[in-house]
Amino acid sequence: MCANPPPPHTHTHTHCKYSMIFSFSRDNGTKMSQDQQAVNGVSCVSKVLTLDTMNPNVRRVEYAVRGPIVQRAVQIERELREGVKKPFTEVIKANIGDAHAMGQKPITFFRQVLALCSYPDLLEDNKFPEDAKKRARRILDACGGHSIGAYSASQGIECIRQDVARYIERRDGGIPSSPDNIYLSTGASDAIVTILKLLVCGEGRDRTGVMISIPQYPLYSAALADLAAVQISYYLDEENCWSLNVEELRRALKEAKQYCKPRVLCIINPGNPTGQVQSRQCIEDVIRFAKEEHLFLMADEVYQDNVYADGCKFHSFKKVLFEMGPEFSSTVEMASFHSTSKCYMGECGFRGGYMEVINMDPQVKAQLTKLVSVRLCPPVPGQALLELVVNPPQPDEPSYSTFMKERTAVLAALGEKARLTEETFNSVPGITCNPVQGAMYTFPCISLPQKAIDKAKEEGLIPDMFYCMKLLEEEGICLVPGSGFGQKEGTFHFRMTILPPTEKLKVVLQKIRDFHLRFTQEFS
Amino acid sequence: MQSLLMWHVLTHFCYIFNHKPCFSYKKLQRRRESSAHTMSNSDQTGNESEMYVMHEICSSVKNMKQLDFSVLVRRANQIKEELKQGVKKPYRELIDVSWGDPHRTGVKPLSFVRQVLAGCLYPQLLESNRLKVDVRQRAQRLLETCAGGSVGSYSDTAGLTQTLKKVSEFITRRDGGVPSHPDSIYISPGSQWSLTNILNILVNPEASPKTGVLVPAPSHCVTTQSILGLGAEVLPYYLTEEQGWALQVEELQRAFDSAKGVCKPFALYIINPGNPAGGVQSRKSMQEVIKFVSEKKLFLLADEVYQECVYGENVEFLSYKRVLAEMGPPLSETVELASFHSASKGLIGECGLRTGYVELVNLDPSVLKLLDNLFSTNSCAPVLGQLTLDLMINPPQPGDPSYPLFYEETQRIRTTLIQNVRQVFEVVNSLPGFSCQPVEGGVFAFPRVYIPPKAIQKAKEVGMEPDTFYCVRLLEETGVLARPGSEFGQKDGTHHIRFCIMTPQHIMEELLRRLSIFHTKFMKEFS
Repeated sequence: MCANPPPPHTHTHTHCKYSMIFSFSRDNGTKMSQDQQAVNGVSCVSKVLTLDTMNPNVRRVEYAVRGPIVQRAVQIERELREGVKKPFTEVIKANIGDAHAMGQKPITFFRQVLALCSYPDLLEDNKFPEDAKKRARRILDACGGHSIGAYSASQGIECIRQDVARYIERRDGGIPSSPDNIYLSTGASDAIVTILKLLVCGEGRDRTGVMISIPQYPLYSAALADLAAVQISYYLDEENCWSLNVEELRRALKEAKQYCKPRVLCIINPGNPTGQVQSRQCIEDVIRFAKEEHLFLMADEVYQDNVYADGCKFHSFKKVLFEMGPEFSSTVEMASFHSTSKCYMGECGFRGGYMEVINMDPQVKAQLTKLVSVRLCPPVPGQALLELVVNPPQPDEPSYSTFMKERTAVLAALGEKARLTEETFNSVPGITCNPVQGAMYTFPCISLPQKAIDKAKEEGLIPDMFYCMKLLEEEGICLVPGSGFGQKEGTFHFRMTILPPTEKLKVVLQKIRDFHLRFTQEFS
Repeated sequence: MQSLLMWHVLTHFCYIFNHKPCFSYKKLQRRRESSAHTMSNSDQTGNESEMYVMHEICSSVKNMKQLDFSVLVRRANQIKEELKQGVKKPYRELIDVSWGDPHRTGVKPLSFVRQVLAGCLYPQLLESNRLKVDVRQRAQRLLETCAGGSVGSYSDTAGLTQTLKKVSEFITRRDGGVPSHPDSIYISPGSQWSLTNILNILVNPEASPKTGVLVPAPSHCVTTQSILGLGAEVLPYYLTEEQGWALQVEELQRAFDSAKGVCKPFALYIINPGNPAGGVQSRKSMQEVIKFVSEKKLFLLADEVYQECVYGENVEFLSYKRVLAEMGPPLSETVELASFHSASKGLIGECGLRTGYVELVNLDPSVLKLLDNLFSTNSCAPVLGQLTLDLMINPPQPGDPSYPLFYEETQRIRTTLIQNVRQVFEVVNSLPGFSCQPVEGGVFAFPRVYIPPKAIQKAKEVGMEPDTFYCVRLLEETGVLARPGSEFGQKDGTHHIRFCIMTPQHIMEELLRRLSIFHTKFMKEFS
């Protein structure tokens, strides 16, 4: 039962009058001090909650985007602050899609309105534009007691859901959307987990199977592990710009039917980590497939405004579904997810988001409403921010020109960085990279020498983790190894955001280039 | 006219409550409501639902109770809309005291908190003299703790490093020096979120027998829902109403024994100060609980979100962590405890910002590591809320430019609360057919209402719990939205209502006025 035999129990490790044991987990990575081993040892004898008694599903939950490499990066930052000498002066965290952390400035209008909502006395000031005040009053009027500090309905503030529905209608060229089908959420991830939680049921061969792409965003694999659902992997085609091939969906489904009951198909478009944008034709094929196979479609469309490549356009699954006619639009069940964390505003810290459910069994919808009520409500400032995203300044309003200027600048810079990243990586021998058509990441393939692979094995690390750890230690750049997202066996990748400011991104790309060449030489 | 309206409303409620309403009701309902678009969703399904992929759903979600309250809320929203459109009612405004949500009832947010948040949201404000110097300094300092100097960036999974440190310092101060370590704390979007994560790691959904959690009755119903939603069994232990909702160890023992053949008790959930019952535990009672969980090998979940709201004379809040530490070894080194707190409650009352935290004590480090993975899948708690938590535990100090106003505002809330508590106790206890225990803490009154047999009969006819029926009538006739005791768990044959007492004084006076008139009328009608 115990990994380490319990050493004799002494109280000497408590250097204060209270003897209470703290469990340290975050900073020490995988290494445990003598003290903690003692604590752990004792724990095996007497603890209620142990690895053996806990929910076994949670043991399988992993989340690479915030995994061991990030924990090490945090530790290195601390060491730098404490004056430890390193070959670099700062850690650049290109592991996570966090625009503001990389220096992107917030959209002025959004923050003005939120400041007004936070401290409504400012509404008396003449420093704020009228349209910002108008929006703030509208939001406050919809809040309990005119305060963003009051709970909202669990499904979200009614008038914001109405505006989201109208926004979707505009986006989709007039296809109707009902506020009753909109659920605001604590970031898109909360909504995704909620829908999966509803859908996963059955035992043994009847256990729900969920199709996810490989590579995928690790939220999906983590949620599936937690729910003890069966993960059905379908591979994206790296040779064809990470495109989705329906034949591959069929293969994966056919195989899975032997051991589970496939009920859900998850699609991320534009792709994370792979950056591809699906063509309209491909979306139609996927919808047809979902209908034939009686699958619930989950369309993760949080990067819908992040499309850069010429000739690529974002098509929402809902729009395509409705344009395929009633045979599809009245039957295929779907949920589509969006967030305030990405796009041009990149406001991750607010945890705003929503989902739209389509063709959902009304009885199940009642269950969904019940399930979201356990969270009480999504953060109200995040809801307010979402309101602004779906209802931005209009051409006749005073804030319009600044808003458009800021929005365009962010998206143009992202497009430029997408191109720069692709070009630079493709110029490095041993790195190949698909164009970043959309989203915020590049997911290049790296060829690793056999000696490096052997060395990694020796250290008990997956080769791309070994690569990324070394990069972090030597250059202070934090990336996420491809193994955290899934990849074809024998191939290695990493995910890097394209978010650092252009000048900094150039430096990062150069450093990775140098590192890669050095690494290849060292192990050849 | 009014009775016709009443009947209309009751048929509407009846319709929603009964899954198979009698035919005449249904027809009538359709006719009357077709223009009002108020039909419940559940109505629109026929037998086709088996065609849906989603027809079959997670069984533990199905096990969660469909709360009557959602129907009350729907009706309250309609009333609000009707009032807006000028429909004549015996009242002009709805009083919503169904949540522990002070801002909703009209309590004003604390200026200092909101000024700092405004400065963090729109840092240009920090460049002028519009805000006081300590506000600007505080905002500046908080922004420096955020990645990229923006509240729009993610924090680490457990929270902002600086805020975690301050939370641990706050806990140490609160607990008279008992040490607290930032690495044992997780900030989350509300304390309920932390609680769900801890429950998730405690509850093995496939275990046989099922995992059991001892839960007070009455109890915060959201927690009960979470437990059911995770596939565990709820084992209620009843608080003793006659003794100010005291917790008795014999009752814990009874609840523990009731698990035999049903499930395996694994955790004990305590709410102190209570919700909805306003009791505050004594040190002795807490020591008994700690000994009990140690003996029975239970994980202790201490919901302490109302720790700032304590009113009774000679009553003080003690945290479970403190009492545990002061009991010394071996208990202080073995009892596993999760303690929850929140920025939603107390004088700050910022529910909508969704921030709370959990502190974990004596946890197996390898389990804590896995818990970290679980928290990380949600990225982080809303950053604005995290800063609010920071402000809650580090308010302005005497000498700061913002202190006088802060002091005035918090004093006003405190004084009002104490007045409200007294007034509620006096007025409610003066009404025949009502009895209310002294509210020692928390933000709710949970008086017992003796519903006459005729009213119980009537409630049965329309398919409602008697106290739901009472709340429906209260809402309809007086515009007061309270919650029925049946949602929280109560001894069979007893009925209660819950309402928030953290309101401005004039609102509480108006509420009690409406309640008194309604109650007298109700008792007469069904006598």
